[in-house]
Amino acid sequence: MKITKDEIAYVAHLARLDFTESEYEKFTSQLNDILLYMDILNKVDTKGLEPMSHATPLHNAFRDDVEMKSLPVEASLANAPDDNGDSFIVPKVIE
Amino acid sequence: MEPYELTIHELHEKLRSGELTSLDITASVFERIEAVEEEVHSYITLLKEDALESARKSDIEIRRGNMSQLTGIPIAVKDLLCTRGIKTTCGSHILEDFIPPYDATVIKKLKNAGAIFTGKTNMDEFAMGSSTETSYFGITKNPWDPERIPGGSSGGSAAAVAADECIASLGTDTGGSIRQPAALCGVVGLKPTYGRVSRFGLVAFASSLDQIGPMTKDVQDCAIMMNVIAGYDSNESTSVPAEVPDYESFLKRGIEGWTVGIPKEYFIEGMDPEVSSAVEKVIAFIEALGAKSCHISLPHTRYGVAAYYIVAPAEASSNLARYDGVKYGFRAAGSSNLMDMYKKSRSQGFGAEVKRRIMIGTYALSSGYYDAYYKKASQIRSLMKKDFDDAFKVCDVILTPTTPTPAFKIGEKTDDPLQMYLSDVFTLPANLAGIPGISIPCGYSEGGLPIGLQLLAGYFKEEKLLQAASAFEKQINLEKRRPLLHGI
Amino acid sequence: MEYEPVIGLEVHAQLLTKTKIFCGCSTRFGAEPNSHTCPVCLGMPGVLPVLNKKVVEYAIKMALATNCTINSSNVWARKNYFYPDLPKGYQISQYDQPLAEHGYISLELGGSTKRIGITRIHMEEDAGKLIHDEINPVSYVDYNRTGVPLIEIVSEPDMRSPEEGAEYLRRLHEILVYLEICDGNMEEGSFRCDANVSLRPKGEDIFGTRTELKNMNSFRNVQRALEYEIKRQQYVLDNGDAVVQETRLWNDSQGMTHSMRGKEEAHDYRYFPDPDLVPVVISGDWIEEIRGSLPELPLEKRERFIKKYGIPPYDAGVLTASRALADFFETVAIKSGRPKLASNWVMGDLLGHLNEDKLLMEECPIRAQALSDMIGLIENGTISGKIAKDVFEEMWRSAKDPKEIIEEKGLVQITDSSALEAVIDQVLKHNSSQLEDYRKGKDKLFGFFVGQVMKATKGKANPKIVNEILQKKLSK
Repeated sequence: MKITKDEIAYVAHLARLDFTESEYEKFTSQLNDILLYMDILNKVDTKGLEPMSHATPLHNAFRDDVEMKSLPVEASLANAPDDNGDSFIVPKVIE
Repeated sequence: MEPYELTIHELHEKLRSGELTSLDITASVFERIEAVEEEVHSYITLLKEDALESARKSDIEIRRGNMSQLTGIPIAVKDLLCTRGIKTTCGSHILEDFIPPYDATVIKKLKNAGAIFTGKTNMDEFAMGSSTETSYFGITKNPWDPERIPGGSSGGSAAAVAADECIASLGTDTGGSIRQPAALCGVVGLKPTYGRVSRFGLVAFASSLDQIGPMTKDVQDCAIMMNVIAGYDSNESTSVPAEVPDYESFLKRGIEGWTVGIPKEYFIEGMDPEVSSAVEKVIAFIEALGAKSCHISLPHTRYGVAAYYIVAPAEASSNLARYDGVKYGFRAAGSSNLMDMYKKSRSQGFGAEVKRRIMIGTYALSSGYYDAYYKKASQIRSLMKKDFDDAFKVCDVILTPTTPTPAFKIGEKTDDPLQMYLSDVFTLPANLAGIPGISIPCGYSEGGLPIGLQLLAGYFKEEKLLQAASAFEKQINLEKRRPLLHGI
Repeated sequence: MEYEPVIGLEVHAQLLTKTKIFCGCSTRFGAEPNSHTCPVCLGMPGVLPVLNKKVVEYAIKMALATNCTINSSNVWARKNYFYPDLPKGYQISQYDQPLAEHGYISLELGGSTKRIGITRIHMEEDAGKLIHDEINPVSYVDYNRTGVPLIEIVSEPDMRSPEEGAEYLRRLHEILVYLEICDGNMEEGSFRCDANVSLRPKGEDIFGTRTELKNMNSFRNVQRALEYEIKRQQYVLDNGDAVVQETRLWNDSQGMTHSMRGKEEAHDYRYFPDPDLVPVVISGDWIEEIRGSLPELPLEKRERFIKKYGIPPYDAGVLTASRALADFFETVAIKSGRPKLASNWVMGDLLGHLNEDKLLMEECPIRAQALSDMIGLIENGTISGKIAKDVFEEMWRSAKDPKEIIEEKGLVQITDSSALEAVIDQVLKHNSSQLEDYRKGKDKLFGFFVGQVMKATKGKANPKIVNEILQKKLSK
């Protein structure tokens, strides 16, 4: 499969990434090489095969509804790039 | 011999007998670090003061008779493992100043066992790489040849062990990130079965593939480390509640009567002849060990790289969405609105390889492509798992080279990501299937570069891996060499 | 042209667990910002989720109460999108293998019953809260709500009027509260609703273009928003224009819906199975165990009350509005043995007082036993119905037993005939002119004499005995 520059731009936006024009050029060609290589998978007939999303066949891992201590607010905010002492601060969502 | 040159089990005896104190050992390791770190650059963060302080406390415990096999032993940990109150960068600008408020489960276990932490080791950014070249904090050099890469992504952990900058270390392995650098640096590295060692506190790259494992100077140390870190953790839903045997007790049993599988797909054209001949030599030892070899086939091996480089980036694209400049980590200055802040912070905070993988992964999951990529790759995974299930019906362990070549030159593959990805061809099938694998040194190239041998076993058969690895280690009886650093 | 509205509703209900869905932080509402957070719900690097078993049990209860088929294997999926209230950059939800599907609930509409289909119920985690600064171009993020368990209940597009929509919501709300799996508080966001609405020419099978309505925080607003939106779409169509598929926000103060015009992202959520969570396998045994613990649901209860206690459907509806009220009524009905009287007292005086004092049934100062005792005292003639009103007032005020009140205040009815005869003689003596008029045929004055007797006895005279004696005396 071949990926176009427009698709790259769409995917970059989905992933919240920005690239310069030259980065776009480089990425498009590198991603195309990689995706071209991925085409090898089409040689395998996988019809009806269960996809494997876990390495081990576990199920029903539960915890009980028991309260545990939360972090002190200062600890929750300790790594925040911007905060006001009780909340994280972000630039306004564009309206 | 200097204390830093010894193994865990050797040092444990000296600590027990009182010949050495933990402070002696720790001080010796830091002397070594001061001598060679500039040349090797294994570490992102060094914890000298904390380590010496812990060593003093260990010595008190040892005198009181409270001693585990890791008490007082200096250990390095990959900077992908969360350490409470200590910077955990994942080799990334975006987490340059991140200080976790909690310890990873393995860190807690090591602490409880009395281990001393020397520092946090260098790595490819978010473990994405096979050479430790993608770290934001500079390149780690292969101690055997500073012009070459140490492998990756746990390159710092491997180099630190090889250069005697710690006694043992922890790495993480998503597609070979423990075994490949172990092979290229001439140390032992084990990737446990998925679910064997808790992932809680391991910063996720690809959640269904990641495992933490030891990197050590010999197989016995590897077993000692596994005894401490393995086991069920209720903080992880994918942790498996299975008994953990005493791994060390299997080491001297030998492998008489075993069948060692040799998969033809791992002896491919284009493989470095020195690697093949080193591995062939080991194959020739099998009979001497009272075991027999058998040729097997793992037919879907050739699809491994493609499947892996869809599954891992897809999971990564989601796992790395949390680095958005809101709660922790880097936020780009001068953003006028939220979208701008997101894009600037992520674009400036992540390096090229991470962005490349986020792009591949986002694309593979995006509307219209999911079935062709992610679903297809996940189906191939089940075929590869079946390959191994079938193989372990006829053999006890599988023997392969760990890597197709010895360590390559720094910069050699940085502009060709696909070539870099292909260097994981022998290691990533174990991650896709979830089975354990170990790499042990099995020889040197003519240029003096280490060559590694990989053993694979069935689910939760780490004891078999260690049993076989120990037998081969003894049989190979590799000449003890140390990398020449500053001519030391 | 005459149009028919087609309405489907999506409800998000917060489950009443003590702790969040994937970590041990409290779900309590109204705490200081970010005080109910930990590395897991803050999405810190390296953390992993572990599922709260209660969430699954509660969700199964709702699935059973709405007649759904429960899927034996449940898969958790990541829904990927960026927003500051979503700390991991993805929401853990369910996608192609939800908890339950193909259910329904029944609505009573103008004497007939209509089934509204439930498409699916799935479990997911809630997001945090954003507060926008009114002056500075910043927003504040509070992650207390992040990870609070939700179930999303998606209906089929089976509703044909705003009234049906509102009725569906009331019934769904009632079931959730009855099951005690959701507090149903709409102001606090425990019960939230989005609506999909479209119009089509009457008699047509194909659906028209729909809009999605958001931001309605009461049943009344849902109904108003639907009414407005139906009118708006009708206007658009009557003008020969096409309805645009979009999300519209309800503005309560203006009473209008507004387009979010282009502010929405093109959605590409990149759902995939969450590798950090294992499938939830629900066995038949587990389902049966939970089925066994289900309370009687409102509709069943209503029907039973009508049949067993012979009360009118309207009364049965009022009395089953909450589980606590229904339980109270039923206790009084059984203990007193007089369901009709029990119904009258509970629906009249008790509910009146509760409403007046804005109390919940759970906070009612009168116990069911006390009220049934009081009914017993009326029945055995100890007090009159009229005195009972005063006794009830005192019970409400002091929470004392009726017997105690009656004794303290000397409210026991006078049933001693000779004592009453003496009183009556006095009354007739003092009202000789009225007696004369009565004897001349002014029958209406009988009531006057009863009144005088009551007045003289401060209401304590047994009216039946008074009647008998008066009848006897006056006919002489």
